[in-house]
Amino acid sequence: MSQQKAIQDLTAQEYKAGFTTDIEEEFAPKGLSEDIVRFISKKKEEPDWLLEWRLKAYRAWLAMQEPKWANITYGPIDYQAIHYYAAPKNAPKSLAEVDPAILAMYDKLGIPLREREALLGVAVDAVLDSVSVGTTFKEKLAELGIIFGSFSEAVHEHPDLVRKWLGTVVPYNDNYFAALNSAVFSDGSFAYVPPGIRCPMELSTYFRINAAATGQFERTLIIADSGAHVSYNEGCTAPVRDENQLHAAVVELIALEDGEVKYSTIQNWYPGDKQGRGGIYNFVTKRGKCLGARSKISWTQVETGSAITWKYPSCILQGDDSVGEFYSVAVTANRQQADTGTKMIHIGKNTRSVIVSKGISSGFGQNTYRGQVKILKGAANARNYSQCDSLLVGDKCGAHTFPYIEVSEPSAQLEHEATTSKIGDDQLFYCQQRGVTPEDATNMIVNGFCKKVFLNLPMEFAVEAQRLIQVSLSLEGTVG
Amino acid sequence: MALLEIRNLSARVAGKEILKGVDLTVNAGEVHAIMGPNGSGKSTLANVLAGRPNYEVTGGTVTYDGKDLLAMKPELRAREGVFLAFQYPVEIPGVGNAYFLKSALNAIRRHRGQPELDAVEFMDVVNDRVKLLELDEAFLGRSLNDGFSGGEKKRNEIFQMAVLEPRLAVLDETDSGLDIDALRVVANGVNAMRGPERAIVVVTHYQRILNYITPDFVHVLANGRIAKSGGEELAHELEKRGYAWVEAEAAAR
Repeated sequence: MSQQKAIQDLTAQEYKAGFTTDIEEEFAPKGLSEDIVRFISKKKEEPDWLLEWRLKAYRAWLAMQEPKWANITYGPIDYQAIHYYAAPKNAPKSLAEVDPAILAMYDKLGIPLREREALLGVAVDAVLDSVSVGTTFKEKLAELGIIFGSFSEAVHEHPDLVRKWLGTVVPYNDNYFAALNSAVFSDGSFAYVPPGIRCPMELSTYFRINAAATGQFERTLIIADSGAHVSYNEGCTAPVRDENQLHAAVVELIALEDGEVKYSTIQNWYPGDKQGRGGIYNFVTKRGKCLGARSKISWTQVETGSAITWKYPSCILQGDDSVGEFYSVAVTANRQQADTGTKMIHIGKNTRSVIVSKGISSGFGQNTYRGQVKILKGAANARNYSQCDSLLVGDKCGAHTFPYIEVSEPSAQLEHEATTSKIGDDQLFYCQQRGVTPEDATNMIVNGFCKKVFLNLPMEFAVEAQRLIQVSLSLEGTVG
Repeated sequence: MALLEIRNLSARVAGKEILKGVDLTVNAGEVHAIMGPNGSGKSTLANVLAGRPNYEVTGGTVTYDGKDLLAMKPELRAREGVFLAFQYPVEIPGVGNAYFLKSALNAIRRHRGQPELDAVEFMDVVNDRVKLLELDEAFLGRSLNDGFSGGEKKRNEIFQMAVLEPRLAVLDETDSGLDIDALRVVANGVNAMRGPERAIVVVTHYQRILNYITPDFVHVLANGRIAKSGGEELAHELEKRGYAWVEAEAAAR
């Protein structure tokens, strides 16, 4: 393919995952009430304790205010105009029974669900709107005692595990959106890796919003028992729609002694169009707890989608010598806004954390890093290294950094580095003078900027991340 | 046919007329030195040839290899074999030196209808040139010009030229800021590139570099025009007498 053709293809690309699929779905009536919470719980044939938990969350939510401190602006959300439950009719019992239209949809997205087509070494759980539609490699994992599947299934098959850990990292009343999620969460993924087991394959969940006027409220819970190790990937897309759609997920990670959870996200929810119409409001609470000594939780996120992103994957470093990591690339193009970052809470001795945040803004995009490093008294010799870099493409976008640091332990050591740079006309001309087009030069510079984060992604994810960033920046036409 | 024909070229930068009718003919195989006092338009000429944005051509023509150079985008000029060694090479953090150069070389090769080089083939090409410019191999892995000393940046420019093998190389004050050892290395690199297929235009304020790179022709640019042309000896005369007499002669005409 000629260079010229490649660029044309690239710049002509719009949001590729923006199609809708015609499948029969079953909806809850619009709006939110105790009845809706009961409806969802009943649909899922949940035990009483879970319904009670949901209702507690709902009542807590009623008394809470939507947070306004983030550096984002958006119109009021009408919580009564949203469907809180949408499911494909005729819920499948196994992969073999999955509606061919759904399988075709995931194929189109490049996520083959059928095991024979599945990427070697990646087990996929797919969540469409409110329910999980199938998990690959389930039996193979079960041989090792690894539980991986939908949250709803886990509630029925492993109620003790779910009950033991649900809400222990993100309580039902943690914040406005987490409370909303706790009340109405529909499905999500659940993974448990037993002591001493290294999960032999990447676990993946693929989330997709298909139905209109629907919120997605998935809940994910991942537990690495003592000495267990798991790497989990999450991908997201949604169709192009003119109205804004709400996504309020909660993810809880738990690592026991010597356990390790690595969680990678590629978030590609529909970002809205060039004028800022439509797009997903992505209000997500993600938190991990390093409960045991020498445990480790690592977040890697590549955020290219959503009209608004409000997300702070965090680590509570409770076990001595535990490690928390946060690697992030956030891209805001067109009219996108992101307020994202992390919290590292050091409680145990010799706990260490690393934060590497790379924000890229272009068009009218606004990108905010918001991070907190908190070192409690007693977290002797705790260490944190933070690096927050911003890259501006064009002169109408913005980058903002709000690092909060609280240290109550004199032996702690912290390092913080921050830079802001701009892809300059001089850089582009220099590349052009060597035969490289401005588009390729921009990609080269952006990839160079993100390298440190991409290195932490599984191979296929890294390739996908590069491609997505290329596409989201090329929509602009700010270059050339 | 001359490789480069500049006819009555005038150009403006930031609203100010800098070039006011430059005429210059450069044939393949020749080395030309363009000298002149500060502000005479030397660097402007170099940048106009490369197609730098905001350097506005207001009149005249530039024909390169029979084609209208001014109608081409900068990257197309580069692919057609026009190379500018920058006076101030730009730093690009995060982009590896070797990675960048390989992308550039392959863009040029594609344009010429040649197959792209893979990493191994590329390293074969590069290794000789690394020695030529007396560079450390670690240099290839560093980010492009990022944190390079002034001398390293200039050597990198000539190194890139040696790898990309342009047909017309314009060196914009490559000698400025170089100590005597670096100057010798850079000059060796340039001399190694001399050949019947290639023309080199050395833009310089000082005669010093011409002790190492012997030009076939020397031109003095004064007040936006070529005021005087001659052979190598003109450079020596300028070194002794300065530029004022040339400017005075030109004004008297």
